Amino acid sequence: MTQYRVLPGPEHFLPPAAASMGIYLPNPGEAHINGVIVPEEKAYEEAARQFLMAQVPTIFPGPLVLWAWNEKAAKKAAAVRSLYETLKECVQPGQKPMLIPMPDYRPKYPKINPEVEINPNHPNLTIWHNKIDCCMFIGVHCHQANLSLKIIRGGTSCYTVAMCAQAGHEDAMLSFRDASVEKILKLGEWIRKLKGTVKPRLTSAKTSASN
Amino acid sequence: MAEIKSHIGTQNKKGQTYTDPWKMMHEAPRNPSFYTGSEVIKEALRRASCDVMIAYPITPQSEAAALIGELFAEGYIGDYFRGESEFAVMSQCAGAAFGGARVFTTTAGPGTMRAMENFPMWAGARLPIQMIVTCRGINSPLSIQPDTIEISYLLNTGMLVWHAETAQDFFDWILKGFMVSEEPEVHLPLALCCDGFFVTHTKDVVNLTPTDMCLPPYDPYRSPVPCMDMECPPVRMMRDPFIMKSNYISYATHASWQQEIWAAVERSRKHTIKWINGLIDTENTDAEVVIVASGTAVSQGREAIRLLEDEGVRCGLIKVKSLRPWPGEEIREATKNAKHIFVPEFNVTGWLAKEIKATIPNSERVHAGPHVCGGMTMPPEIIVSEIKTALGLRSESLAGRGS
Repeated sequence: MTQYRVLPGPEHFLPPAAASMGIYLPNPGEAHINGVIVPEEKAYEEAARQFLMAQVPTIFPGPLVLWAWNEKAAKKAAAVRSLYETLKECVQPGQKPMLIPMPDYRPKYPKINPEVEINPNHPNLTIWHNKIDCCMFIGVHCHQANLSLKIIRGGTSCYTVAMCAQAGHEDAMLSFRDASVEKILKLGEWIRKLKGTVKPRLTSAKTSASN
Repeated sequence: MAEIKSHIGTQNKKGQTYTDPWKMMHEAPRNPSFYTGSEVIKEALRRASCDVMIAYPITPQSEAAALIGELFAEGYIGDYFRGESEFAVMSQCAGAAFGGARVFTTTAGPGTMRAMENFPMWAGARLPIQMIVTCRGINSPLSIQPDTIEISYLLNTGMLVWHAETAQDFFDWILKGFMVSEEPEVHLPLALCCDGFFVTHTKDVVNLTPTDMCLPPYDPYRSPVPCMDMECPPVRMMRDPFIMKSNYISYATHASWQQEIWAAVERSRKHTIKWINGLIDTENTDAEVVIVASGTAVSQGREAIRLLEDEGVRCGLIKVKSLRPWPGEEIREATKNAKHIFVPEFNVTGWLAKEIKATIPNSERVHAGPHVCGGMTMPPEIIVSEIKTALGLRSESLAGRGS
């Protein structure tokens, strides 16, 4: 069994892909935390805890849930919005939830506007600029999500969560698989359930984004 | 999986029923048929719900490519045409796959080499194209005869690489290969290799699945990248500052992209193990002498083991089925008792022996050979001779055979 663990960085000049370090993706009904396979239920609790601990908990919705390109995407987008509203309701003063889209994968030149979007080719810029210390990717194509997750792990200390509609992501610190509207809403329920029980990292602003 | 399930039980325009792939391959009745390897490729494609096949003639795959043309005429393939060259074929395959099609092609020898630039591009673009490689010599002076040297060039392209021993492997793995390479977390091209002529042009009994069953169609919406989008990498390439710029962000993106390809190869491991029942097959690996081989060298090794048993020498066998993903852990475990490891190969460089040496502890145990190349056959007797010589046993000179 591998000793490698998928932990918040900054990990390395060029961190390895977690899959190449022996980290396996979860099977249906499972999730992983730091590369260790766990029952999905445990991952909801941990993801909710991480969101409530963070100074700037952020959701990054991607093209698969944006643009209402089919009925399922529209429903997921509504669920993501609901999760964001829940997060705003449940955080404490001083915490600043954000909802920043990854609208597409086009390289942005001469420079991305990190206030309004994140890009898989340089996601660290958005993380750094907004001092995001916990984020969740949802609706991002798996290849692009993995690029982002690896670069974030390499250069920032941000805790990463993936709510993946396919098989999950080893390069996130916590990953769900087979994401659905129900699972997105269930994460919101867990956030509500843990509201007021988790102490936010409000004093760690200097180091949380690890610039 | 929801999309796949929605097709199961319905029929295509040829009246074939889209069938659960696992049931089709493992539970459906099999019909023994006497076919050449080329005919087997055709029969597998008949059941593969393939959208596009692109052909170009080069021995020894030309017959298979022509036979698949017959399938197109019969209505089993969505589209079929001949490219202008192997390079053009592989580029056209990429275009079809970018557009969301299940794509199949065949090539061999110098054709593989000519098209080589496309293979890392396929992998980088996460295109699950399946390519049959009927291996033959590649060097000058020209040889069309069996030789597996071209496989070594494919090993670092980012493609999945499997090496079939028999026509039965070929039939099963063509169909199972689509299931592995189309998994969203894998989504890589597969080079399904065999030893040209030995497999393609000889007849064997092959157990076929029913002709009225076929794989569910490919679902491009499960792809880890969008279908062709001219604004996004990898299609948006040379004109883009992100690609061409010399700065850390550009480098980091490229590096992460490459890592992701090889991560996907790793992810294919569990699916490959599930579908082809392990990355290796083993027999008697408690023996002190073990043969490790891939392709038809496995068959020759098996016969050598029978000859050795007649002489009281016990020998184990490891059949390497998948080269990418590489069965490192499996080979380490299967060779842990071996004092002598022999790697017979149909190529001059001994690439499989090098891979094994790089994998196991105490690699001086590996005897890289015997090798034949340039189309030579590998009589089991030369494997026996190599083993007996290494063990210090008397071995007759094979040069005098028949005199």
